[in-house]
Amino acid sequence: MNIYVLLKRTFDTEEKITLKDAKINEEEAEFIINPYDEYAVEEAIQLRDAHGGEVTVISVGNEEAEKQLRTALAMGADKAVLINTEDDVEDGDQYTTAKILAEYLRDKEVDLILAGNVAIDGGSGQVGPRVAELLGIPYVTTITKIDIDGRNVTVVRDVEGDEEIIETTLPLLVTAQQGLNEPRYPSLPGIMKAKKKPFDELELDDLDLDEDDVMAKTKAIEIFLPPARGEGKILEGELADQVKELVQLLQREAKVI
Amino acid sequence: MARKVLVLGEVRDGSLRNVSFEAIAAAKAVAEGGEVVGVIIGDNVSHLGEEMIKYRADRVIAAENAQLKQYTTDGFAQALLQVIQAEQPEGIIAGHTAMGKDLTPKIAAKLDSGLISDVTAIEEAGGNIVFTRPIYSGKAFEKRIMTDGLIFATVRPNNIVPPEKDEARTGEVKKMAVDVKDLRTIVKEVVRKTSEGVDLSEAKIIVSGGRGVKSAEGFEPLKELAKVLGGAVGASRGACDAGYCDYSLQIGQTGKVVTPDLYIACGISGAIQHLAGMSNSKVIVAINKDPEANIFNVADYGIVGDLFEVVPLLIEEFKQLKVNA
Repeated sequence: MNIYVLLKRTFDTEEKITLKDAKINEEEAEFIINPYDEYAVEEAIQLRDAHGGEVTVISVGNEEAEKQLRTALAMGADKAVLINTEDDVEDGDQYTTAKILAEYLRDKEVDLILAGNVAIDGGSGQVGPRVAELLGIPYVTTITKIDIDGRNVTVVRDVEGDEEIIETTLPLLVTAQQGLNEPRYPSLPGIMKAKKKPFDELELDDLDLDEDDVMAKTKAIEIFLPPARGEGKILEGELADQVKELVQLLQREAKVI
Repeated sequence: MARKVLVLGEVRDGSLRNVSFEAIAAAKAVAEGGEVVGVIIGDNVSHLGEEMIKYRADRVIAAENAQLKQYTTDGFAQALLQVIQAEQPEGIIAGHTAMGKDLTPKIAAKLDSGLISDVTAIEEAGGNIVFTRPIYSGKAFEKRIMTDGLIFATVRPNNIVPPEKDEARTGEVKKMAVDVKDLRTIVKEVVRKTSEGVDLSEAKIIVSGGRGVKSAEGFEPLKELAKVLGGAVGASRGACDAGYCDYSLQIGQTGKVVTPDLYIACGISGAIQHLAGMSNSKVIVAINKDPEANIFNVADYGIVGDLFEVVPLLIEEFKQLKVNA
């Protein structure tokens, strides 16, 4: 089975976020594999181990994404592809990324594509479904389970806490939701092996695309931090009095009751 | 510039979700005086059209087919594309719900369009419609505009104030029989895991529990408090991981993102993973035994104490308030 995983290098949002020159300050920030993409990598490896085949991880980004792709290889993926857009794309959006990924995948023999259901930095959740649509294959988003039997696939989809049991067939794209699996940590031998696994680096030229073909359809015009919350009020006194005071405050000051 | 804007109405359990009306307000902002057309997709849904009119849609199209009883990506995309084809809108607004998140990227790709997801505010500035949306798990915001063609966005529930309902308002609700074929995914079964009652993502009040709740039974007082307040119950990842409640209740970076008017955090330490899902709530109350708990840093009001003492007192106090009201 030919399995592809779409992977994004993201800012670790557990970090403190500051602005520098009106942009998110990335100096000294930790970068990670987008956590939802990590579920996708883990599931791809497990499916390959069960059904045979090969797992290729792909990322669109700059050369720094090599680190996250190597981590996926160390987890057990077989090949990695970095589509380096640093010189060609200044402010891409989901339209841009999806078009590039679809162009790369178009002539490949694809059985299954896995992606995260959302990236924790941009948070739009568009790229997976867009890629599937551009390739003309079906997709199922936010899955928590997948079983493959020949070309038939059964998935469990999380729908705001409820579950849908969905039947479909390969080729297919799915996006991973929390609960799909517990991603493994790369082992030391895995890390050593990853250094020797195939790693391709491409640019837009190699896909016969130019800048204009992937020009973003949206543009960020301002980034700002949420207003700091006012100093909270810690109540004091007997518990029963505190509770009375709280209810009054919610009613009269906060006006939410 | 006046624009014709489609608004997707979303049906759940036989009625329209609130976010559909919030989307009408968003569509009005985008339309700038142009026509706002509600679209409801399903099997026998035209009777719901009136409700969208009362919330100030100018007219409604009910795109109907027996195969649209249950949401499927292909079925709903085919239906919406037929409406788009017939109406040629200049804007489309949907809710940023499971359905909106699943459907809109496909439509955007099909139309070769941009899409701005998860919008929390809309304004007109410098001749552009400017969309505000959270990024980096709600720790920052961006303002984004469309630079080419259609204006297409999804709005996060509970953020945009819906238009005032006008019970006397009337308007055209037109049925449109749509073709649906070759569905490539089939929903065999829907397993309902969320409790009946208030939808977490649309709740105005949420009572949420963390590890401090200690057990599944420990959630009982929280459920009662939520019931008294007409709110929903949520949980932190810690409480879900510990098996105290179902993952369907989880609020956080993984889990649901909520922005209620009032968020009452009980026995929640306030890990960043959790804050990402609730820190944009309008008013936050923290109840925790540990005065050093991080949750107090985002709380508007805090009580340092045992939730099993505080929550029952709160229930009594709110009950009293109801009696007096």
